[in-house]
Amino acid sequence: MENLDQLRNQLLAAVAGAEGLESLEKVRLSVFGRKGLITERMKGVGALAPEERKDAGVALNAVKQVLADAIDARKAAFEDSGLEERLESERVDVTLPARPQADGRIHPISQTMDELLAIFGEMGFTLAEGPDIEDDFHNFTALNIPEDHPARQMHDTFYLPEGPDGARKLLRTHTSPVQIRHMQKTPPPHRIVALGRTYRCDSDITHTPMFHQIEGLVVDRHTHMGHLKGCLIEFCRAYFEVDDVPVRFRPSFFPFTEPSAEVDIGCKRGGGRLKIGGGGDWLEILGCGMVHPKVLANCGIDPEKFQGFAFGLGVERIAMLKYGIPDTRTFFESDLRWLSHYGFAPGDVPSMTGGLAR
Amino acid sequence: MKFTLGWLKTHLETEAGVDDIARALTDLGLEVEEVIDRAAALAPFVVGHVVEAKKHPDADRLTVCIVDTGGGRVQVVCGAANARTGMKGVFAAAGVRIPGTGLDLKKSVIRGVESAGMLCSAREIGIGEDHEGIIELADDAPIGAPAASVLGLDDPLIDVAITPNRGDCLGVHGIARDLAAAGVGKLIPLSPEAVEGGFENPTGVSFDFTNDAADACALFAGRAIRGLKNGPSPDWLRQRLLSVGLRPISALVDITNFLTLDRARPLHVFDADKIAGDLTVRLARQGETLQALDGKTYELDPSMTVICDEGGVLSLGGVIGGESTGCTDESVNVFVEAAFFDPVRTAATGRKLNIESDARYRFERGVDPASTLPGIEAATRLIVELCGGEASRVTVTGAVPEGASAIRFDLKRVMALGGVDVAEDESRRILEALGFGVSAMNGAIEVRVPSWRPDIEGEADLVEEVLRVYGYDRIPAAPFAKEGVLSKPVEAPVPRRRRQAARALAANGMVEAVTYSFLAEAQARLFGGGDPRLTLANPISAELTDMRPSLLPNLICACKRNADRGSPDLALFEVGPAFADDTPDGQGAVAAGVRAGASGPRHWLAPGRAVDVFDAKADALIALGAAGAPAASLRVTPGAPAWYHPGRSGAMRLGPKTVLAHFGEIHPRVLRALDVKGPICGFEVFLDLLPAPRQRDGRARPALGASPFQAVERDFAFVINTDVGAEAVVRAAQSADKKLIAGVSVFDQYGGEELGAGKKSIAISVRLEPTEATLTEAEIEAVSASVIAAVNKATGGVLRS
Repeated sequence: MENLDQLRNQLLAAVAGAEGLESLEKVRLSVFGRKGLITERMKGVGALAPEERKDAGVALNAVKQVLADAIDARKAAFEDSGLEERLESERVDVTLPARPQADGRIHPISQTMDELLAIFGEMGFTLAEGPDIEDDFHNFTALNIPEDHPARQMHDTFYLPEGPDGARKLLRTHTSPVQIRHMQKTPPPHRIVALGRTYRCDSDITHTPMFHQIEGLVVDRHTHMGHLKGCLIEFCRAYFEVDDVPVRFRPSFFPFTEPSAEVDIGCKRGGGRLKIGGGGDWLEILGCGMVHPKVLANCGIDPEKFQGFAFGLGVERIAMLKYGIPDTRTFFESDLRWLSHYGFAPGDVPSMTGGLAR
Repeated sequence: MKFTLGWLKTHLETEAGVDDIARALTDLGLEVEEVIDRAAALAPFVVGHVVEAKKHPDADRLTVCIVDTGGGRVQVVCGAANARTGMKGVFAAAGVRIPGTGLDLKKSVIRGVESAGMLCSAREIGIGEDHEGIIELADDAPIGAPAASVLGLDDPLIDVAITPNRGDCLGVHGIARDLAAAGVGKLIPLSPEAVEGGFENPTGVSFDFTNDAADACALFAGRAIRGLKNGPSPDWLRQRLLSVGLRPISALVDITNFLTLDRARPLHVFDADKIAGDLTVRLARQGETLQALDGKTYELDPSMTVICDEGGVLSLGGVIGGESTGCTDESVNVFVEAAFFDPVRTAATGRKLNIESDARYRFERGVDPASTLPGIEAATRLIVELCGGEASRVTVTGAVPEGASAIRFDLKRVMALGGVDVAEDESRRILEALGFGVSAMNGAIEVRVPSWRPDIEGEADLVEEVLRVYGYDRIPAAPFAKEGVLSKPVEAPVPRRRRQAARALAANGMVEAVTYSFLAEAQARLFGGGDPRLTLANPISAELTDMRPSLLPNLICACKRNADRGSPDLALFEVGPAFADDTPDGQGAVAAGVRAGASGPRHWLAPGRAVDVFDAKADALIALGAAGAPAASLRVTPGAPAWYHPGRSGAMRLGPKTVLAHFGEIHPRVLRALDVKGPICGFEVFLDLLPAPRQRDGRARPALGASPFQAVERDFAFVINTDVGAEAVVRAAQSADKKLIAGVSVFDQYGGEELGAGKKSIAISVRLEPTEATLTEAEIEAVSASVIAAVNKATGGVLRS
């Protein structure tokens, strides 16, 4: 047994004395290789008498385990020191810029329209659509704006050339013709919004020849002006994300509503900035009213049985107010700097439950 | 509509202050745009007396005035034609800021003559538009007194926006009536002012209308006043006009202007000595002209109402008077007209001839027809009072047109439509205060509409009348409930695609633009447009004449503008309409995008490269995918419309007919025509041509069926003719064993000379996914052989050796 202890110590010393992975491998082979010292001894155990064999085997296995552990440990130490050297040599400047990712943007008009859809969708409205190139009937006549009515002049209409029948198409001056098309197509009740491009031949600092509107229409048997107020007050508070924004309804005139109202929200001006909320000043943001009985009748709906409200507002205007965009003309200039600054990340999809704006 | 508090108080007995009145006006629907207290702003301006005015020695148009300012005499060089000795004007000393110009007045030397102040026009002191001459004050204006009080401008000015339905409020009296109904004061009734005629009106008046034009002028009242003397108006009248920015001219003109503003009653005064014979009111004849009081000559047509004498047209009814019979300071005998002209015809005439007059403005919004006779009496009384003379009896031709019949009004409609419970007595009181006649009717009331409210046609109008006086703010907001609790999708699937495409393109690094729906005709032509039916009849500029046939030209021009600003590398997209014709079906929903310059910023890891057709192809596929196009069924064919590079463009098709997208590099000739530097690539995806999403029995997806056996990939390179598309090789390989082959991808293409002329090599990787057992070498060999055979059969391609 002394012999075995001696061997163990001798071999452990050899493991400890190895200078690198290569010489350690030589030591390993001299111990565990086909002709290795431990291998040979293991063979010798088989030759012993059965009663001696068990004890000798146990002792030898113990030594074998100790040596194997020592070699593994020594090997890991050699490998570690090599890895660290290599990693040290692989050092880079991590302050260099990462691979470029282009930053896409959603235009403020699209984002605002998505916000409007999120709010009005929550109130049970669905989207209705109509063409940008309209005819006189849908844009004016059906909306109770007869020819030569002064209200038509307020519209600064773009016209297309006269057709063979003498009629000329026009570019819709508001989204209201979508109401007409919808009411003609489907029976009441109605609860729709229409969103889209509208056109007026007007261009100055506050007007562009094209702009966007959203239009709402509710027709059923019981909706009255109180509901109109309830709907629009909730809308103003949700859109501007100001819970207590004052909302004022003023009598006004639109040919397609009766009674009619304009809606102002409370704001505060000062220091070159405009803050939505209480503060003594008023800002007009939309027009609305109860659908004119003639408009209902023009669409084949009995005004004795059905009633409801309609409203319309400018998308650019409320986007400017909410996001502090100063000039309406800049919306359409496609200036990359403007789009990047006022645009929205594609992942910021507005929803009432997920948040309207980040 | 502008008026002063003092003027209002001639019609309304009230103690209310200007702020309360302004608030009440806005609450009534007469929106106050501005309340101006000009006394403060005009403090430095005083009454100056021109004691001497001489022609400037070196300038024909200038006058050198010596002005007594109350504090001393000052020399002023004045450019106004009406500056003259003895007049009184508004004087500003050096150092005073002039509101009209925003500049501080300085002492100066004008053509060698010193000028130490200024005599001001209405525009210069900011009280009107008039800049024809300097303001002339009454002779008895105290020298040195504040000009504001002499001008009546210490009276706050209220500017109200009148909606087109409220012609009755284009006169101060109508505004007072509304305020009285709202409890702000007591309306002072117009006193009966009839002037007894002393002799027969010598000028006969007759109508000459065909039946279909009988309403052009329903009523015409006229009378002569002889032996009067025209001249400057008295102070009170001059001040009234000046206070709202009008320049007093002469008593006769001032009286008509005053009654127009005071009672919304336009009138006209002819110089009777210039009228030849009797008057006829009729439609104009083609070719007739009128030299009008604004100095312009108008060509008339048979849609316009004119007043003629035996010599021809004297005036355009309801629009403007004529020069030939205009009153002057020398007028002695006049003919006063008050009439009721058809609103629609008057509006059309004014618009055709582009004449904006106070009369037209009122007639087209509805003048009270019943005010015709009281109007001529009021005018007569003022003329006789201010100018003297003797009035004839009134000749009345026609009659006051019949008003609307009475309206049955169920007062419960106020609650049902208006949402607020107004006591029935209060509703009746409001209507009566506004001048409506109210009488009981079983279960409802009968309402007679006053002649000045042609806008009131039915119950809804009456509800508005009650509500606006009662107060919109007193309507309680009611909860706007919806059916059920949860929200439903707000959009149908098709419009939803637009939003989905936009978000996906932005997520792919593109920036969304919104551009105009119209563009210049030349640009439209480059992109398949130029159809005259889509050319605006009244474009706002030569750059915006045609409805766009494509979204690309605007986006390409946006690239140029950005490049000019130093950003040549960019990726823009837009989702919006393009127009093929003027029908609703001719409008398509398109997602289009362009990339310009380099594919990305210069970067230390990624060498730059120019954008190309495959960028556009990827963008198109992203838009299509997000919009829900069936990607597996799409076929790509080479070639696209003429604005694309013929060899570097393609179409994405669904079936033989439907083209869902075009993509490619933009044709260099098109870029040159747009004056844009390339390279630019782009795509157009036609969103509304996508098939509707399939109706399914639910949202469940098919079972995954992932195989437990190892997948194998095998690579093949085929030599094919250069005109064969890689897509054909991929599809052929896929078809070789539909069950086993899970995917085929192209990983290389090569066109070396050793392949032979007209040949190229396409390398594909085929992925095999066994479902029953691990593939043996023999099975793999068998599949490979069928891939090679299938490709060969479909494309003629052979395995590259």
